[in-house]
Amino acid sequence: MLRTFKKGGVHPPENKLSADRPIEELPLVKVVYIPVGQHIGAPAIPVVKKGDKVKAGQLIATGNGFVSAHIHSSVSGTVTKVEPFPDTSGYPRLGIAIEVEGDEWVETIDRSPGVKKEITLSAGEIVQRIQESGIVGMGGATFPTHVKLVPPKGMKFEYLIVNGVECEPFLTSDNRLMIEKTEEVLVGARILMKALNVNKAFVGIESNKPEAIRKMQEAVAGNSGIAIVPLKVKYPQGGEKQLIKALTGREIASGALPASVGCLVSNIGTAFAVYEAVQKNKPLFERVVTVTGKKLTNPSNLKVRIGTPLSDLVIYTGGLPEDTGKIINGGPMMGKAVSSLDIPVTKGTSGLLVIPEKESLRAPHVACIRCGRCASACPMGLEPFQLMLLSEKAIWEGMEKEKVMDCIECGCCSYSCPANRPLLDYIRLGKARVGQIIRTRKN
Amino acid sequence: MESTIIFTVVTLVGIGVFSAVILYFVAQKFKVFEDPRIDEVEKVLPGANCGGCGQAGCRAFAEACVRENDLSRLFCPVGGNETMGGVARILGLEAVKKDPRVAVVRCNGTCEFRPKVNRYDGAATCAIVAALYSGETGCQYGCLGCGDCCVVCKFDAIHMNPVTGLPEVNDEKCTACGACVTACPKNLIELRKKNPKDRKIYVACRNEEKGGIARKSCQVACIGCSKCQKECAYDAIVMANNLAFIDSFKCRLCRKCVAVCPTSSIIEVGFPPRKVQEETIETNSVNQ
Repeated sequence: MLRTFKKGGVHPPENKLSADRPIEELPLVKVVYIPVGQHIGAPAIPVVKKGDKVKAGQLIATGNGFVSAHIHSSVSGTVTKVEPFPDTSGYPRLGIAIEVEGDEWVETIDRSPGVKKEITLSAGEIVQRIQESGIVGMGGATFPTHVKLVPPKGMKFEYLIVNGVECEPFLTSDNRLMIEKTEEVLVGARILMKALNVNKAFVGIESNKPEAIRKMQEAVAGNSGIAIVPLKVKYPQGGEKQLIKALTGREIASGALPASVGCLVSNIGTAFAVYEAVQKNKPLFERVVTVTGKKLTNPSNLKVRIGTPLSDLVIYTGGLPEDTGKIINGGPMMGKAVSSLDIPVTKGTSGLLVIPEKESLRAPHVACIRCGRCASACPMGLEPFQLMLLSEKAIWEGMEKEKVMDCIECGCCSYSCPANRPLLDYIRLGKARVGQIIRTRKN
Repeated sequence: MESTIIFTVVTLVGIGVFSAVILYFVAQKFKVFEDPRIDEVEKVLPGANCGGCGQAGCRAFAEACVRENDLSRLFCPVGGNETMGGVARILGLEAVKKDPRVAVVRCNGTCEFRPKVNRYDGAATCAIVAALYSGETGCQYGCLGCGDCCVVCKFDAIHMNPVTGLPEVNDEKCTACGACVTACPKNLIELRKKNPKDRKIYVACRNEEKGGIARKSCQVACIGCSKCQKECAYDAIVMANNLAFIDSFKCRLCRKCVAVCPTSSIIEVGFPPRKVQEETIETNSVNQ
């Protein structure tokens, strides 16, 4: 009997079309657009200006405060613009455009192919290196990793949890990293363990990735510190709280951090980025992106430089199918449809999903039939139908009482609703409003 | 048989009298004094409970009037000067006189002028669209067209025009309560001075982009050229963030700015047609 989390959850069709496709490197494009706000927290401040020559890996924007992350150039070339351009939301946000010339990397980056297993840096140095390399959570949340590594006052870490769940349908980038970069990912995990001063780590992998599980298990054989745990396939197991519950049985109180139960969750992609940063001195300027879709000619896993326009990814994988209805940045459950393909790949872009017109349309919604499916699907134990009604009526105090802030926006409620009600849309609206109210109350 | 009836009547009357006495003393003991003027003030208020005054409703407004004993910061936009005069008479105070106002939608990005560049099929409220992304058109400042303003209007004064995809205000019904102003996530609705014959001149655009970009997303966008500002003899036009704004309290409705606007983003409403440039007027007054 495989382990999983208890409350709620759904199992959408997995559609891991690109699971067997090795990671390919996307050829360099002509111009990259690198937004300075790719993470949660304050946007970085540009330190280059128009006309500057930059190399790949060079710092181009520095983190603004503690909860922020450095941004590095992903290519070598000339800075052509430092001005706002549209990001995923369609709103213009400040970014740096660089015209690509050749592919020259900063000299300090170790480009040798071998895996460097020996960890020479101390815990403090590791955190510092991670901060210098601009690493953020690469599962999509993009929370600066160096902030997470410092435990809040009075709390102590016991376990490192590496998230290899990849519960989003279609996405396969973490799966491929575990298969192809097994050693690197595990060294990354050990680095994180050293930084956290813990001696036990779990790697949770859903059972629909047998090859990754086998490879990882072979690689850790004989090492007692890291346990590879196959998990039952269930969405949203990749959610931090769900994964902790599945692996350790511990439950996090409403509003509390994973550190309160002694856990730190890190994504496979982040572990790999940590490896590259600490062992190879390479800042985070490229990532693996799954480009997929049922009608796409070649669903692929691409290693892409940050700032590459999404259109280049689609062209490389065979061009946009004629009947495309929506293009989603991320997976089908939590991803967000983009309004233009000119927007760039950022540190949080885990996938790009092309959906045919027929499947993309939302069915018209009708009144709530009180079946309670959303409440049984909610992994946080909330009552989505109630929250939506409160949100429609703008009863924000009521939403706060109903614990709307615990919502992880996984979309299980909307997915399971037979009346096609846009539950998550309204809950998100309420969450934003309640968040505002709480912030003003604090000040 | 008879004794039973008498017994019942006597007992019930007895209980009734006894309860009445208790209730009388309880009522005396827990009596809450309420200023009788609150009821009087409430009677002259419109009773719409719209919240336009900033209070929770008409009763709360009446309480506030009596409590504050000063009307300088209290005003009922729905009832206007007439109602406030009534309130002032009851309380023996002086009410501030305010010019009547009317809600004006400052966007003219109809489907014709502002083509859609993507399609949205999620929950149809502006608040959700605005939280998600920049909207279906190229203009991130313009009307989202889901009609949150119409839903909140308690006076049936604002409606979506299905042809233009924009909300239209019925000046006669509009009470300037400001519910739509708060509801619009793009801050497009402004309460402007109500002029005789419902005449209006305003910049129907909130696009703060530079001219070229603004024009690309919408044909009738204000490009911030300042021509209108130079033309205005009354200092009513202010330029800020590539955008012109006409102060409705300074504007004398001379219509000179309308004629010079190269993108027809200044709209005139309620004027008789001009003799010389009839064509311009036609394009300018599409909103009505």
